[in-house]
Amino acid sequence: MPDKKNLNLINWIKAFNKKHAVGAPFILLIVSTALFFSLQDTELNLTTIGRLTNSNFRTWLPVLLLTMGQALVLISGGLDLSNGSIVSVGNVILALQITTTDEPWHNLAIVALVIGFGLAAGFLNGFLTVFLGLQPVIVTFATSFIYAGLALLMLPSPGGAIPRDYTNVYRNTQYLGIPISLIILVVFLLIWEFFRYRKYGHFLYAVGGNPTAAYTTGVPVTWVKISTYVLSGFLASLGAITYSLLTGSGFSGSGADMTLPSITGAIIGGISFSGGSGSLLGAVFGGIVLGNIRRIISIIRIDSWAVTLVNALVILFSLATPGLINLLRRKK
Amino acid sequence: MNETQLTNNVTKPIKKPIKISPPLIAMLIAVVLFLLSGLLPAGYSTLQGAIRQGLNILRLASFIAIIGAGQTLVIISGGEGIDLSAAPIVTIGALLTYMIINGQNSLILPVLLLVIAVGAVIGLVNGLGITYLKISPFVMTLVMAGVVQGILILWTKGYYEGKVAPIMTQLIARDLVWGIPGMIFLWVIIGILMTLLLERTRYGKQLFAIGVNRTAARLSGVTVNRMVLFTYVLAGAMAAFSGFLLVGYTQNAGPILGNQYLFPSIIAVAIGGTQMSGGKGSYIGTIAGAIVIQLISSLLTTMQLPQALQQIIYGTLLVIILIIYGREKGLRS
Repeated sequence: MPDKKNLNLINWIKAFNKKHAVGAPFILLIVSTALFFSLQDTELNLTTIGRLTNSNFRTWLPVLLLTMGQALVLISGGLDLSNGSIVSVGNVILALQITTTDEPWHNLAIVALVIGFGLAAGFLNGFLTVFLGLQPVIVTFATSFIYAGLALLMLPSPGGAIPRDYTNVYRNTQYLGIPISLIILVVFLLIWEFFRYRKYGHFLYAVGGNPTAAYTTGVPVTWVKISTYVLSGFLASLGAITYSLLTGSGFSGSGADMTLPSITGAIIGGISFSGGSGSLLGAVFGGIVLGNIRRIISIIRIDSWAVTLVNALVILFSLATPGLINLLRRKK
Repeated sequence: MNETQLTNNVTKPIKKPIKISPPLIAMLIAVVLFLLSGLLPAGYSTLQGAIRQGLNILRLASFIAIIGAGQTLVIISGGEGIDLSAAPIVTIGALLTYMIINGQNSLILPVLLLVIAVGAVIGLVNGLGITYLKISPFVMTLVMAGVVQGILILWTKGYYEGKVAPIMTQLIARDLVWGIPGMIFLWVIIGILMTLLLERTRYGKQLFAIGVNRTAARLSGVTVNRMVLFTYVLAGAMAAFSGFLLVGYTQNAGPILGNQYLFPSIIAVAIGGTQMSGGKGSYIGTIAGAIVIQLISSLLTTMQLPQALQQIIYGTLLVIILIIYGREKGLRS
């Protein structure tokens, strides 16, 4: 009897893996998380694990949201280099405009403005690449300059503040010991899961896999591609909101260091630069792995002059690994 | 009915759109901008002033164009090629020169070789990642930019002390003959070499071939991966060499010396009509583009626009140039 049950479980995992393609990222996730917890000085019990999980996920959520957006763009065969700059703009708007909790409607309008900006910026990216037929990478590279300039124009030096009443909600809310940041993440993954096996999801993978074939079979390639950029912009604006709630202040370069991690997370998660493969769940796992690695680096306290180099090397190594594995496989 | 239509078609002169080559357009824009800049309050009023102003613009443009040389090659090679690591490579080239030479003429040659070797190695890593690991060039070179910046920080530990060799100052920064700085002569030599490389060598022909269509190039016997790899090595070496020249001019080096030149150099390549998707372009175009972007930059500086606004203008400019030159065929066609 137990054998059969065991078999069922294995089959279920196999089916799950086939459906979501998260094998390697999942193993990396387990290993890196285990390593992270084993390196803690404090005694591990439910309270400390809960505290660490909260502090990890509230820090990672902005980048993980960007990673999800980046994953959508990558699956459709594009690349969004401007999502970090969209975060910068959103962060600056929020830090400058959010007032005290006495004016909830004003604040809500500002949040809507930030989301509106994310959508508009994403649409502009999509419009330029798809309708005008420009290369996605160079276009989002150019627009990233425009958006970053906009952020710098509005807030030349770091400043502004988000009221503590708001930031506390994001930083410390927990339901049944699960931090709100993790709940938000799971909700977004579930929403995507709903669309993944409906029309939109099928279209997305078709467009990324072979745009010409998709076009001839009647997939609205143009709109699917634009939608990925819009979604990436939207998720970047949510990244801006969560990032602002995390730090409670404004900085025009806040998103600059998020673009590369968002790409790296997706690549670790099994998405390829050529598009059409991988899954959002894998990308989120990849993002968490990257977050874990960065946490581990900060725990082992390397020479502060070497931090920039080590972080860059981690990204380089993470991006190189899937390619290296492919190379070795082909040799065999 | 059918016949008349046919004859009509034959007799009707085929309308050809007037085509001026992009480098020429860029040159014309440069001339117009230069003439316009004379009208500004801070502009020139005499012929002598105009010449001085012109030389100054050329000298500043020369760095953009020389840093843009490697960029031109990489962009022509296609496959979304670009080198975003050029900025820190320029910086590392400049800092190596500045800190090791430390005012000694005798060290110029060994340091120059070292600088070029370091640039080539960074380019090699870029090339390996792009060709064999299939990482998008934008991402790969952006990551390498971080790695090189990290190496710089670890190596210098925030301490920059050194001096440029006197001969370098003499050759690069000072006026050589007729009041023309040595930098401009060097630029002319580099321009000629680059044009010969692109137009007259086997490498140049193969570079355009892989830029247009990699599969076709491979089928006609070009070893595509090796070509791409070599192009990134060349671009790295050239960026480091630009750093060597740049520090000869600025006489001073810091941790972000190269950063201000990266985006202008990419725009210069684009203005010069080099197709961002590869396969088409020229170094003359980059030269013209560098002059245009330097004129615009000088204009923005005299107007005292904040840095942020300049950044927005540059970004918008690149988008506009892409719309003019860089359109790809849609799926429908």
